[in-house]
Amino acid sequence: MSTTWIIIALLLGFVIVFQIAKASEYVSILRGEERTRKENNRINAFLLLAFLVAGLFGVWYCHQRLEGKILGEAASEHGERIDNMLLWTIIITGIVFLLTQIALFWFAFKYQERENQKAYFYPHNNRLEVIWTVIPAITLTVLVGLGLYYWFQITGEAPKESMVVEVTGKQFNWEFRYPGKDATFGKKYFKEVNEAEGNPLGQIWTDPANHDDLYTPNEMHLVVGKPVKLIINAKDVIHDVGLVHFRMKMDAVPGIPTTMWFTPKFTTRQMREKYGPEFNYEISCDQICGKGHFSMRGTIVVESQAEYNAWLASLTPTYVSVMEAKKSGAPAVAPAGAAADSAVTTTGSEVKTISMK
Amino acid sequence: MDQQLNTNIQPGVQVTHSGSHSEGAGNGHSNGDGVHHHKETFITKYIFSQDHKTIAKQFLITGIIWAIVGGLFSVLFRLQLGYPDTAFPILETFFGHWAKGGQLQPEFYYALVTMHGTVLVFFVLTGGLSGTFANLLIPLQIGARDMASPFMNMLSYWFFFMASVVMFSSLFVQTGPASGGWTSYPPLSALGQASDGSKVGMDLWIVAMALFVVSSLLGGLNYIATILNMRTKGMSMTRMPLTMWAIFFTAILGVLSFPVLLSGFILLMFDRNLGTSFYLSDIVVNGQILPNEGGSAILYQHLFWFLGHPEVYIIILPAMGLVSEVMSVNARKPIFGYMAMVGSLFAITILAFLVWAHHMFVTGLNPFLGAFFVLLTLLIAIPSAIKVFNWITTLWRGNLRFTPAMMFAIGFVSMFISGGLTGIFLGNSTIDIHLHDTYFVVAHFHIVMGVSAFFGMFAGVYHWFPKMFGRYLNNTLGYIHFWVTIVGAYLIFWPMHYQGFAGVPRRYLDFKLWSSFNQFEDLNKMITIVSIIVFAAQLMFVFNFFYSIFKGRKVRTPNPWGSTTLEWTTPINPGHGNWPGEIPEVHRWAYDYSKDGRDHIPQTEPVNPSESKH
Repeated sequence: MSTTWIIIALLLGFVIVFQIAKASEYVSILRGEERTRKENNRINAFLLLAFLVAGLFGVWYCHQRLEGKILGEAASEHGERIDNMLLWTIIITGIVFLLTQIALFWFAFKYQERENQKAYFYPHNNRLEVIWTVIPAITLTVLVGLGLYYWFQITGEAPKESMVVEVTGKQFNWEFRYPGKDATFGKKYFKEVNEAEGNPLGQIWTDPANHDDLYTPNEMHLVVGKPVKLIINAKDVIHDVGLVHFRMKMDAVPGIPTTMWFTPKFTTRQMREKYGPEFNYEISCDQICGKGHFSMRGTIVVESQAEYNAWLASLTPTYVSVMEAKKSGAPAVAPAGAAADSAVTTTGSEVKTISMK
Repeated sequence: MDQQLNTNIQPGVQVTHSGSHSEGAGNGHSNGDGVHHHKETFITKYIFSQDHKTIAKQFLITGIIWAIVGGLFSVLFRLQLGYPDTAFPILETFFGHWAKGGQLQPEFYYALVTMHGTVLVFFVLTGGLSGTFANLLIPLQIGARDMASPFMNMLSYWFFFMASVVMFSSLFVQTGPASGGWTSYPPLSALGQASDGSKVGMDLWIVAMALFVVSSLLGGLNYIATILNMRTKGMSMTRMPLTMWAIFFTAILGVLSFPVLLSGFILLMFDRNLGTSFYLSDIVVNGQILPNEGGSAILYQHLFWFLGHPEVYIIILPAMGLVSEVMSVNARKPIFGYMAMVGSLFAITILAFLVWAHHMFVTGLNPFLGAFFVLLTLLIAIPSAIKVFNWITTLWRGNLRFTPAMMFAIGFVSMFISGGLTGIFLGNSTIDIHLHDTYFVVAHFHIVMGVSAFFGMFAGVYHWFPKMFGRYLNNTLGYIHFWVTIVGAYLIFWPMHYQGFAGVPRRYLDFKLWSSFNQFEDLNKMITIVSIIVFAAQLMFVFNFFYSIFKGRKVRTPNPWGSTTLEWTTPINPGHGNWPGEIPEVHRWAYDYSKDGRDHIPQTEPVNPSESKH
């Protein structure tokens, strides 16, 4: 019912505004159009100046309100570089923003039409034009130089001592593979994928390197202070591994593995102490991938080496569980939480991700 | 270049030919009725018209209809984003199972997002903007009787119309319209198994876009040919108003980049329907293993963005041209640095082709290659900065008349500054890693090419409405429209930058699952409320537009704004052929305002030897 009322109110407002507008036109004709035009000119010149002042206040107010809601400290070294670059860019563009917006609205107000005021015929001035070609060019050179310096650090080779994790995106969750004791991933082929038999990644069992590979869905574990290189795949459509707290992002493209590396600086526990017990390192999908895009959530646990080792030891290699299942002839049991399929349902206001085992 | 040879004048239109008027062989003459006299019917005058002015109005009105549709879509998905837990039963009444229980279903949400982008980028800000003002202004401002090929021009509109019909029909298919984002990246857009929107809706989307590309090419070739060949006597290229230069470069961009997009779409069509593997490889979708191997999903992105990036300049350049013209007229001053303005348009056109991969920094693109795209992308800031400084200097020491058109021109510059500066963030690959595909991107492109281009378009509509319809738009409604829109646009998009800093991903239906992104509930509500108000203000503009066509205040003088350009030397309601007598000759550039103590000197006035030089 309230919707109807809102629509009626909108329509009424509409009619009123229109009537006022029409009446103002008649009034202007009666009073002399030139006089009305000049009055409108003064009003709008004043409003432009008021808009500048209100707008600058709004910029400040918006910053006050939202400053605390954007992410805290970057949780990786790359993230620090990115934040640094961001800060420099904000400072430089902020100065340009203020100067140009103030000049724009101030000139608009100051040079509003007046009796006895003549516009100044000023078609060009080469020196001025050179100045404002060169200054932006120098500024941008600085920004490009600094940006590329960081860019090559971030996208350069991962350090040799990095741990390696394979990430696979699918509609609509994340799967992870660890290389096991041999530190080598076994070969895989997409046509070997068989979720019913507990082989969601398509590992080739004849490759011995596969025999100790570990699989885990939805939650990735990393070691604090240790560089990690992610090898990123997608099974169906393009996804994107978005790690906001580490400020990292990389697409997951079917058929074309991508990589990225970074070094986590804080454990999940440390972050919870800082930002509250609700805190989780989250993996968001940042490339539209279908109707469940918004629910394609993974988490990362950053922990000490000892905790990590204990966790890793608790996993059973996929090969072992598959072979055991085959030997016993029983229906295959997928490794813990292996999502055979995931469906997204919307029930009323509540949105759940259900993994069917 | 002899205008007397331009013979595309329909009989029945009262054109007095005092000059010689002969049949021009091969001069774009296509209707073949230069000699016969038959009465124009309603159909040839208003529907299958070859008059550039009528075609312009057709583009504009079709664009307005699309803008209402596309704007409405954004209001619907903003309702979901602002009020994710509230049910709106009225939505179920209208949309049935797409809004079960009064809440948008995810498929519907993604369809709305996709169609909002497609409609506004292509059908409104490309078709509606270029189509309207290129058609209306080219012959009028360069002094030609019509386009080089009026028939092709008519086809251009009707292809646009067909594209519109197909796109609109895709909204009604059972599995829904395309829902993979306006960029339609495969494999999502290639596989019906991956998304309902990638079923028949996607085929219709591609067909509609192909028709749109045809329309755009027919139009663009015509614009280029007309500007190069049909300028009136004395109208050298450097005497053209900046609108002409802007439209000229826009047309070149379109002609060179749209075919690449089309090729990308054709390959996508093959992958969808003929079992090819251009974009598909190693795919297991919904438990089904596909046979495709060896394709590259990234190839599509290269093809797409090779148009996609020039596309944003196809949208913004005409707006820049319109704003330059409106601003100069209403400041009663020449545009500052005419040659620099032309030069920067040219620089933007060239650079537009060399920056497409900045949309792909995080696709696994070679970082070394990425570095070049960073450099070339940030280079665009230089010509853009020149333009902004020149506009501001045009205002300096002017005598400003704040017509609604001028208000929108000033608003354009403000928006272009705000949105342009955030481009410096995104073009720098280091920052792009964090901000890519977040609300920062949404804020950036909505301000710099969405709102700015709309402001340019509104400036154009308010300024040239008297030329189109012989009547004025209502001024008071115009001012209300401007103020609500500029305040609203900043309220909507400014805070989105902060959401982007927080890494909030775009195209999310709901943030409840996320501990990192759920802190903006109040903000999302505020944005939704403001966007409804702004949408209502646009409807008011539409009402003003249609009302004023029939009931607006009549124009009583041929040159109401005191302009120097040729379109204001035509009669108040010009017939087909534009000038009743000979086409006027041009003696000077378009910006002699306030020169030598005179308010303005029309382009048609010969240069007096005692005049000061500039």
